[in-house]
Amino acid sequence: MAKEISELTLQDDVRYTEDHEWARKEGGAVKIGISDYAQDQLGDIVFVELPEVDSELEKGDEFGTVESTKAVSELYMPLGGKVVAVNEALADDPEQVNKDPYSGGWMVEIEPSDPAEFDAMMDKDAYLEMLKGL
Amino acid sequence: MKVAGTTGLIMNEPLLWEKSKKGRCGISIPESDVPSAPLDAEFEGEGPDFPDLSEVDVVRHFTRLSQWNFGVDTGMYPLGSCTMKYNPKINEKIAAMPGFAGAHPMLPPELSQGTLQLMYELEGFLNEITGMDATTLQPAAGAHGELTAMLLFYAYHKSKGEKRSKILIPDTAHGTNPASATLCGYESIPLESGEDGILTVERVAELMDEDTAGIMVTNPNTLGLFEENIKKIAEIVHDKGGLVYCDGANMNAVMGVVKMGAIGIDAIHLNLHKTFSTPHGGGGPGSGPVCVKKHLEPFLPVPRVTKDGDRYVFQYDRPDSIGKIHAFYGNYGIQIRAYSYILTMGQDLKRASQYAVLSANYIKEKLKDVLHLPYDRPCMHECVFTDKNQEPYKITTLDMAKRLIDYGFHPPTIYFPLVVHGSIMIEPTDTEPKENLDQFIEAFRSIAREAAENPDLLREAPTVPKVRRLDEATAARKPVLCGVN
Repeated sequence: MAKEISELTLQDDVRYTEDHEWARKEGGAVKIGISDYAQDQLGDIVFVELPEVDSELEKGDEFGTVESTKAVSELYMPLGGKVVAVNEALADDPEQVNKDPYSGGWMVEIEPSDPAEFDAMMDKDAYLEMLKGL
Repeated sequence: MKVAGTTGLIMNEPLLWEKSKKGRCGISIPESDVPSAPLDAEFEGEGPDFPDLSEVDVVRHFTRLSQWNFGVDTGMYPLGSCTMKYNPKINEKIAAMPGFAGAHPMLPPELSQGTLQLMYELEGFLNEITGMDATTLQPAAGAHGELTAMLLFYAYHKSKGEKRSKILIPDTAHGTNPASATLCGYESIPLESGEDGILTVERVAELMDEDTAGIMVTNPNTLGLFEENIKKIAEIVHDKGGLVYCDGANMNAVMGVVKMGAIGIDAIHLNLHKTFSTPHGGGGPGSGPVCVKKHLEPFLPVPRVTKDGDRYVFQYDRPDSIGKIHAFYGNYGIQIRAYSYILTMGQDLKRASQYAVLSANYIKEKLKDVLHLPYDRPCMHECVFTDKNQEPYKITTLDMAKRLIDYGFHPPTIYFPLVVHGSIMIEPTDTEPKENLDQFIEAFRSIAREAAENPDLLREAPTVPKVRRLDEATAARKPVLCGVN
C-alpha cells in the first residue's frame, strides 16, 4: 500500500536525484542510497546488487540493481567518483533498504571526483516539489 | 451473481520428506545380469537424500497438490503476455503416437522420414503464417529465439565486414529482449514510446545510426497496442544498414492478419507454446522458432531439414551458419503439438486471432468505467488497466488480483509492463466463450465495489483457496531450496 506524500520521510541532511537516489556528505566521502519514496514504490526488496570496491563511475552510470517482488530497477550514480565501500550487510538483509533507507539501507560510499555535482543535486524542498508533480 | 469459485474437500499434504518411511519402495528393480565392478574412490560417497515412498504415497501426493492448483483446464487464466489459451487434447494424442513418442534423435534420417517431414512442413506453415522465407525450429523458447535472432544479426553484419555495437529496444518490448541482446554483446539503447503508447518514427530516426545493429520491436507491444509506424521505422533502420527483429510473443493477435515479412521485419520468433496452444507454465518446455527473410537464411542454425528428391535429409554443410543452438533439433514434442494445432485449425487460425482481439476489447470496454485505462484506444489481444481508481481506498493491483482468486479466476499479469504504474494486464485469449468473459467482468466489477465499500475483503484475499496470500518477500529473501532443513 503506497504511502501518501505527507507520510514520506524526507531527510534534510541528504540531497536527491530525479531517479530517487540520495547522497550524503560524510567527511570527504559521500554515501549513496535510495529515498523513502523509492523503497515504498518498489515494495519489498529482496536483493541488492552493488559494484566492486574501487570501481570508477561517472554521474548517471548504473552502479547496481535493486530487485523487489514487483520488478528489478537500475541504480544510477547521483555524482561521479571512486567506490570506497559498499554496504555488505544488504546481501543477507536487503530489507534494511525498506526499513531504514537513509541509514542502515545505504548502498555505496564514494570519493567524489567533482564536489560541484553534489551541490547541483536537489535539496529536500526541491525533491518534495518534484514528488508532488509526479 | 453466480461465482465460479467455491469451497470443497481439499486434502492436506506434507512434503515428500515428511511422508518418507525408511525402507519403503515403489518399484522392484530387476536383478542385475551383468557382473558388478568396483567404483573409483573419487566417485564414492553419500547419495542424494531421496525420500523413501511407495507408489500410492507418490500418486496421492501429486494428485492432492494438483487439486490445490489452478490451470487452463480448471478455468479462465487471463495472464497477460502469456497466452494461456486452452490446449486441445488431440495435440496430446498426436504427440503420443508411438512413431513420434518412440523416435530416437540419433536414428538416421532414412529411418525418420515421418519425423523429418513434420519438421519440414511445420517450417513451411510458419513461413506462411508470418510471411517470411525460412524457419529454424531449434530454439527452446522465446528468449532463446531472441538470442538466436541476435546471433543471426551479428553473423549478417560480420558477413558485410561490419561489427556493430548497439541495438534499439523500446520501453514496450518484452523484458527479456535486453538480456538476449546483451548476451550477444550488444549494448541496449532504450527507446521511449510516444504518448499514445506506440513508437514514433522521429525518435527512431534520432537514435538509429551506422553503429546500431538494428531494433528489437515487440509487435503488438506489451501495452497490447499494434505498432502502427512499423513500416516507416523499418525503412529508417534498413536505410542505415540495420535489421528489424520482431518479438512475436504476441502473435496470437495477428495470425492471418499481418504478414510480418511485408512490413519490414527481417526476423521474428514465435512462441509455439503460446500462440500454437502447447501446454506451458510451470517452467516449460517451450519452443521458440525463428522465421527469417531470404537474406538471413544462410546463417540459420544447422542442421537444416531439406528435401533431396522425395527424401527428407539433414543438411549440415552450410558454411555461414551460426552452428547449433540446441541439442539435436529443438523440443520436438512441442513441434508435434503445434503442427497438430495448425492442421486442426486450418484457416480458422485467423478467426482465433480475431476472437482473441475481440475478447480483449470487450473486457476493456466493459471494465473501463471502474478501472483506470491509461491508453484508451483499440487494443490487440490484451488490455492494460491500473489501480489508480482504487488508490483513494488504499487498494492496490495486488489486492485486486488476489481477490479474483476467490471468485474462481486466475489473476491477470500484474506490475507489467513497467511503463504503466500498477498495471493489470488482461489477456482472455481466443478460447474463452462469452459467458466466461461476462462472468469475469462481473467478478471484477464486484471487486471494484468491494474496494470502495469493504476494502479489507481485498487486503485479506484470497480466503477461499487452500493456500492464502503467500509471503513472497520472505520466499525470495530466504528461499528453502531443499526438501529438508
